[in-house]
Amino acid sequence: MTATLTPARMRSSDVLRVGGTGLRTRPMRAFLSALGIAIGIAAMVAVVGLSSSSQDTLNRQLAALGTNLLTVTPGRTVSGTTATLPKESERMISRISPVQKAAAVGTVADAKVYRSDKIPEEQSGGISVRAAKLNLLDTITAKVSNGTWFNGATQQYPATVLGATAADRLGIGAAGPDVQVYLGGQWFTVIGILDKVTLAPELDTSALIGWTAAEHYLLFDSLPTIIYTRSDEAYVNEVQGVLAATANPESPGEVDVSKPSDALTAQAATSQAFTNLLLGLGAVALLVGGVGVANTMIISVLERRAEIGLRRSLGATRGQIRLQFLAESLLLSALGGIGGAFLGILVTSIYATIRGWSTVVPAWATYGGFAATLAIGAIAGLYPAIRASRLAPTEALSAN
Amino acid sequence: MSTVAQLDEAETAAVKAVVRLESVSKEYPGGVVALRGVSLEIGYGELVAIVGPSGSGKSTMLNLIGTLDRPSKGSVHIDGRDVAKLTDRQLSALRAFRIGFVFQQFHLASGVSARDNVSDGLLYSGVSLSERRERAEAALNRVGLGHRLHHFPNELSGGERQRVAIARAVIGDPTLLLADEPTGNLDSVAGAGVMELLRELHAGRTTVLIITHDREVAAELPRQVVMRDGQVAT
Repeated sequence: MTATLTPARMRSSDVLRVGGTGLRTRPMRAFLSALGIAIGIAAMVAVVGLSSSSQDTLNRQLAALGTNLLTVTPGRTVSGTTATLPKESERMISRISPVQKAAAVGTVADAKVYRSDKIPEEQSGGISVRAAKLNLLDTITAKVSNGTWFNGATQQYPATVLGATAADRLGIGAAGPDVQVYLGGQWFTVIGILDKVTLAPELDTSALIGWTAAEHYLLFDSLPTIIYTRSDEAYVNEVQGVLAATANPESPGEVDVSKPSDALTAQAATSQAFTNLLLGLGAVALLVGGVGVANTMIISVLERRAEIGLRRSLGATRGQIRLQFLAESLLLSALGGIGGAFLGILVTSIYATIRGWSTVVPAWATYGGFAATLAIGAIAGLYPAIRASRLAPTEALSAN
Repeated sequence: MSTVAQLDEAETAAVKAVVRLESVSKEYPGGVVALRGVSLEIGYGELVAIVGPSGSGKSTMLNLIGTLDRPSKGSVHIDGRDVAKLTDRQLSALRAFRIGFVFQQFHLASGVSARDNVSDGLLYSGVSLSERRERAEAALNRVGLGHRLHHFPNELSGGERQRVAIARAVIGDPTLLLADEPTGNLDSVAGAGVMELLRELHAGRTTVLIITHDREVAAELPRQVVMRDGQVAT
């Protein structure tokens, strides 16, 4: 006969098996309470996933477009009328040493574009005619989706490159030598169509013509209305500071300088604020799920008093009973957590695919969410487990 | 006041007896007195019936002998150990290694096979699952249910369920087998079968203590302890 009585340690595989008893015998209830947790986790993972997917897409866009594009436009004069940029401003700007490229665009006043000469004058479709310098395409990193950009010859002839929206409104799907539009009272051949220009959306609704052609065929005053510049990334702020004075040394106050990428950056910041709000909502859902698990566990303990009594009579210590119910609660939450993380990733990838984003779910969101479910499972299971272990064996056995 | 000589004597007596109650009283909160100064000794290898009408205190006695409860007064020695000196953990170990229980309501887990129900009898003894299952099969063979290993409790008759419960109680070769109204939920044929099985186990050197209100059942056993109003009536 042994001198000391020591309870045997339970193997972890046995703890797991015993913890799973409640889930096996009442699968529907286990499923529903795990679902509560799963919805919370799915919401949080999806919110983080969608936000980082859109952020990632935005960042890629910014990286592709560059943050070194500055535009110069005429502001207002002291008397309130629209100012003009001097003819030589483009040349002056390109002399600033960190400025790598500068390209001007000039609006041809009163010129309108029509699909044909039969269309009434007032149905101009809101398309502006703009004279463009040859290096514009390169400076704003725009792409020609169809046809070609101007060259030294075509910029002197009645030829036009349409912005994406402009082409759409005119009903032109492809450029070609026989595709013509009625522009400023003359026929212009459509030699190219641009892709959407993210950093210069005003070009989307433009019909661009060569600078020389504008001067020759239309009554173009040769004054630039927008000057696009690319500078050395390191000196963008410095360039921004001197652009106005360089463009119009006589009245720098009449010049507006802007950085189009700021709009994208601001968009990213807003989406971050929104993400935090949604993340909070997800956390609330998770908390509600945790309360559901606690509720299930308390009911489970009440219903299984006879089982607890039997286990005590088989030699289970209070600690082993506590462990059993804690394991059950943890298993329940872990199931919900895994299901929820999977669901969240699924939702993210479906939505991202629809929006044409790349799917990015940060690992910290998945692991963090899973860790959160375990913490919730432990907290939710603690009180019921302690209650179960405090149950007197005789009371538990006589419950049935 | 006990002297050293008396203590020694008590210790020796305790070792001889698997169960030793000494003027044990149990009073429940609310003033209900279930046992009044009961003294009882059961030796190793005995087959004993504790018989009495309901309310006579026999279930309380089972709880005390099974170390599921502690007395209000008096001392309880099980297998030579003073229950009062053992912690809850030590009592759990005592139940795991020394005592087997059989209940009137069987207390089998539904949706779990007979073999796994029986193997749970060793769950808290530190035995691996494969060995538990092996020994469960042996125990089920011993109670004549070798052909019912993978049946669920709801596929078994009442008598078979009680046999499964008995197999679970004896899988760890307990020193003491406590059966609380083992035939209470069974018809007379099944009940007789269960009693036969308990007698066989006793023949295999296990101390068997059967609690029953049925005088006929008790009369078949070599020793009867008659309970009345919380006292042993002899």
